[in-house]
Amino acid sequence: MQTVFSIAVDALAYGMVLFVISIGLSATMGLMRVVNLAHGAFAMIGGYIASYAARDLGLGYGVAVLLAIFGTIVIAVPIERLLYRRIYGASELTQVLMTIGITFCIIGIANYVFGPTLKTVPLPPSLQGSVDLGFRSIATHRIFAILCGLTVAAALWYLIERTGFGVKLRAAVDNAAMAAALGVRTQIVYAVSFAVAVGLAALGGVVGAELLPVEPYYALRYMVTFLVVVSVGGAGSIPGALIACLLLGGIDTAGRYLVPEFGEFFFYLAVIAIVCVFPRGLAGRTGS
Amino acid sequence: MTMATMNDTLAGARGKGRKFGRDLAGLAVILGLAVVGYLLFPNNLALLTRITAIALLVLSLDLVTGYCGVATLGHAALFGTGAYASGIAAVHFGITDPLLMLACGILGGALAGLVCGVVILRAHGLPQLVLSIALIHLFHEFANKASSWTGGSDGLAGIAPDPLLGHFEFDLWGRTAYVFGIVLLAVVFTILRLIVRSPFGMLCRGIKEDPVRIRAMGASPKLALMKMYVISGAVAGTGGALNAISTQVVGLDSLSFTLSAESLVMVVLGGTGSLFGALTGTIVFMFFEDLVSAANPFHWLTMVGALLIAVVLFAPKGLYGTLAGLASRWRRTPR
Repeated sequence: MQTVFSIAVDALAYGMVLFVISIGLSATMGLMRVVNLAHGAFAMIGGYIASYAARDLGLGYGVAVLLAIFGTIVIAVPIERLLYRRIYGASELTQVLMTIGITFCIIGIANYVFGPTLKTVPLPPSLQGSVDLGFRSIATHRIFAILCGLTVAAALWYLIERTGFGVKLRAAVDNAAMAAALGVRTQIVYAVSFAVAVGLAALGGVVGAELLPVEPYYALRYMVTFLVVVSVGGAGSIPGALIACLLLGGIDTAGRYLVPEFGEFFFYLAVIAIVCVFPRGLAGRTGS
Repeated sequence: MTMATMNDTLAGARGKGRKFGRDLAGLAVILGLAVVGYLLFPNNLALLTRITAIALLVLSLDLVTGYCGVATLGHAALFGTGAYASGIAAVHFGITDPLLMLACGILGGALAGLVCGVVILRAHGLPQLVLSIALIHLFHEFANKASSWTGGSDGLAGIAPDPLLGHFEFDLWGRTAYVFGIVLLAVVFTILRLIVRSPFGMLCRGIKEDPVRIRAMGASPKLALMKMYVISGAVAGTGGALNAISTQVVGLDSLSFTLSAESLVMVVLGGTGSLFGALTGTIVFMFFEDLVSAANPFHWLTMVGALLIAVVLFAPKGLYGTLAGLASRWRRTPR
């Protein structure tokens, strides 16, 4: 019972962190049709900035998180303007190559600037320790991660379903040319959603630093995990991504707890099984 | 990509003799480069042999990516399986004849090709890519855990191949291994030229251009792609076996995601859909890697990344494709 409970909490926290990071990827993929392998690299940049701000500059956790989000957006938007816009609508192979090239560059630079060691983001005292629920105690940080995930999911749902921007966004996803013809400035919609996606990646990178440690190979190590979430959930679908994250978080955490030596093995096996059974995702909007 | 197809169709219109001439020219170029390499770097034959092994991997990747349009980031699985198959045959079963080890490698690679093909060809687009990445991680993790067979992260050491054909020892300088590798490459190259030009090869190209129409014509795209995957596995397995025989050790890096990604870079650098392009890409990339990582291993990844971005932006057809395009334009201008 103890084990089941810990697995459930950890899986939930891990799944929520995955969700915060990958929902941005899901949105860019659904909207811009770009296979963005560099998404994990942006999460990593966020983690590095937060770590630098909190550890070396001694700033507070909240400030560090904000700094990480805006710093990553500031770094990512020029990359989008200069590189990504050239591969919109290009073949898949081209997109993979370009974005994996960007990933390699970011890894190399991170290695050069910050060194190959693990970086931690020190937690404020209010997030350390654990909360007593009466019958069990849960690490506060886990609860924080879960709350972050739920907040992001709710905020995104509101943004997409209830605001004017959301209407334009959905129009651009369904038919970019027609939306443009009706006066939606798709370029701006694209740029804003890319910035939001990158910002969410950075937030996830910081909040999840306890679960997914920040190091130069972060971008490659978790790349497949983020991509899996999107392809299992279906690009551009919030509920799909949420279900996929919880499912994959559960499989991964259970594997780590129950068969620690073969944890990754079962994870990849499960990934292959899921993608084979649902080649178009659990809630995919785009056929093939 | 279309350029290479067009070139070949042009060549086809001019009759069979010309194609045959191009084959001979290709073989002559490979052998000529091999001799030049031998004379230029007599002390670095190990690097040249490794380039040959990787060239086999890149050729095999070109078969599925360039000719069939399957985007995969897990092709090293086939190469590594071939390497481990021949290594395990030598260490655990005492099969130390190099040709038998080669056969084991080819068989292992073909089997891995079958497995990967069955899984990867189930999906298209992004899921396909995800499947290929998951597969290479799965293979890597499996080899890591089955350490009683594969040596785990220490690598599989103690491979001691017998003299080739009973006469030629695998010497310290790697001369035998080098000649062995070049002969293998030449043979494989010739066979592949025949395959990609056969009706089967044309069918694969057709599938890449338009699978729906191919199905309407009555052919089964899936079956053809599966066959190509197995052939590709055999070629990659040849490369893996060559690597195992020449270095006498098999490491986990031969099943790594990095190797898969790098081989994809090499294909694209040279130009997809052309065997010459694959060779060009391998040679340029490997020498570049040797130069840069000798100067500063730290920046290697950054350089690869920058190189990739540059190729995508400025030479989307790859080095060979761009040169071939220029050459055919020059040939067509009236003089």
